[in-house]
Amino acid sequence: MPPGTKIFDPSWVFSHLPSIWERIVQHLQLTAVPLALGIVISLVLAIIAIRRPVTYGPVTAITGLLYTIPSLAAFALLRPIFGLSLLTAIIPLTTYTLLILFRNFTAGFNAVPAEILEAAEGMGYTRRQRLLRVELPLAVPLIIAGIRLASVTTIGLATVAAVLGDAFGGLGQLITEGIQGFFPTKYLLGAALSVLLAFAADVLFVRLERVITPWSRARAGAR
Amino acid sequence: MAGQSHQAAVVEFDHVTKRYDAPTGKESGKPTPGAVNDLSLTVPAGKICILVGPSGCGKTTSLKMVNRLIEPTQGRILIDGVDAGTRELTELRRSIGYVIQQIGLFPHQTIGDNVATVPRLLGWPKARLRERSEELLAIVGLDPAKYRDRYPSQLSGGERQRVGVARALAADPPIMLMDEPFGAVDPIVRDRLQNEFLRLQETIAKTILFVTHDIDEAIKMGDLVAVFQTGGILAQFGSPLDILAAPASEFVARFVGQDRGLKRLSLLRVSDVPLQPAVTARPGDSAADARRRALDDPQRYLLVIDANNRPLGWVAHGDIPAEGTITETMPNPVSPTVNKRTTLKDALSMMLDADVQTGIVVDRAGAVQGLLTVAAIATKMREGEHAPAFDDLGALGEAESEAGPGEIDPNLDAGAADQAAIEQGTV
Repeated sequence: MPPGTKIFDPSWVFSHLPSIWERIVQHLQLTAVPLALGIVISLVLAIIAIRRPVTYGPVTAITGLLYTIPSLAAFALLRPIFGLSLLTAIIPLTTYTLLILFRNFTAGFNAVPAEILEAAEGMGYTRRQRLLRVELPLAVPLIIAGIRLASVTTIGLATVAAVLGDAFGGLGQLITEGIQGFFPTKYLLGAALSVLLAFAADVLFVRLERVITPWSRARAGAR
Repeated sequence: MAGQSHQAAVVEFDHVTKRYDAPTGKESGKPTPGAVNDLSLTVPAGKICILVGPSGCGKTTSLKMVNRLIEPTQGRILIDGVDAGTRELTELRRSIGYVIQQIGLFPHQTIGDNVATVPRLLGWPKARLRERSEELLAIVGLDPAKYRDRYPSQLSGGERQRVGVARALAADPPIMLMDEPFGAVDPIVRDRLQNEFLRLQETIAKTILFVTHDIDEAIKMGDLVAVFQTGGILAQFGSPLDILAAPASEFVARFVGQDRGLKRLSLLRVSDVPLQPAVTARPGDSAADARRRALDDPQRYLLVIDANNRPLGWVAHGDIPAEGTITETMPNPVSPTVNKRTTLKDALSMMLDADVQTGIVVDRAGAVQGLLTVAAIATKMREGEHAPAFDDLGALGEAESEAGPGEIDPNLDAGAADQAAIEQGTV
């Protein structure tokens, strides 16, 4: 760090608010898109797995394997195919969510008590009605728990996507520039915003769960 | 609506068999738990049929074959003559009320929504769903305004069980299947729920198949009782009184218990026994006349009654003065009074407690209707009794003499005993 440089320079922050905001938006995009894709894919896989339990093992193994691939290596592998595009960032970030989401989703479906499924079947729910109106709502607490974990992980991991360039680099871009330019304000800000974002996402999903599962609040404030 | 409806269906098992593959490594030929072997029985419309037996005897399997949660291996189940196997699965199930022990209320739905489950599946309009669930909550004794918007986790076990019954009744199904519905609540609540349900059945008159492993519940709740034994074999099918009076096999006799005489007493009421007339007199009546009449009566007791025919007490004929009048101070305290609805078990117990042979039967106003004697109860118990010819006869006989102090001879009818032995041989 050049002598005379402040550890953190608020005046720089105030003079660069629009560009910082842009990085935040980029980062949200880098997180939200893989998370949404991951949720859809994992939900489909989990529904297949509860219908055909034999598929659970292989799906866990494959998503587990994908999870072990280092992110930098994944970007490097995909770059020749998709170039320095958003897609190159989104594909690995999506695959990293699958292990957590799939396991939580199946756990959520499996946690629905057998007698509730039997009652639903005995009263004449079709399989589809039972899935949508009984199993899915009752799996919500574990589904949300998975999404919380995946969102926090993805927000942190998305900073690595900065290696793919300026166009969609997000908060990782701030951090990288700060390190390379010996400008602590930038990387400290990038790191702090990433942590704040993760924290905000977590709070958001906790709130969401409370809103969509009013029955669990009723239990807390019993009789 | 269910409250007024008398819609019910006949349920007929026609040679129904369910086999399960024996677990590998186990000896074949041994019955697997839950199997059902050539079951044929008919439950008339509007009756409660209890399926009772030890665990693994196939009673729950039989129940679940009605709404096809389990499909039979062979045979048919006919509902009002129509083979359930030919009906569309979800349509069939929505036309059958289903209550299970763990209730299986949907924890994410309010009580009102839970109750309206089947009508909602049937596509009833919203306003009618709400109206219907409120109506049903009221029928099962839960205040709709208080319970409608609560969640199942906020209710006690007994309240949840009531909601389970309301939910099963929601679409006014002609048949109800109840799998140990009162098995998970404590005995006091269970007793209350049973009584409430019997009262409810008087108005709704559904055809009900009801599984329990509790013979006392079976006897209390059933119009008909089907006793199952291991291997899914129907050991006996009949009214509770028939089964208690004449168990078809040693298995049934053991299953209903050695106190089956007492159990019969608890099913019979004072109105089932012919009453004996009492020799009565009022204070102020001629003592000589009363004395003569008491002497003519086998009881040799005079019952003194008041102006409204209410009993004041007994006077032994030797204590009646030869002349003068009957006075209010003469009689000894009355022996227990019972009414026509009192069970023979309670009546007998009261008589034993008071150490007397005779109880006074009174009407609602307390006026004397007649006398109930231990001898009359004993005679009643002899009716329909087939002396069991089983190995544990001695034990059963002892239970019998406890039940009826009027000396019931377990071997009173040798012909009946032979008959039972022959029947047993063919079972």
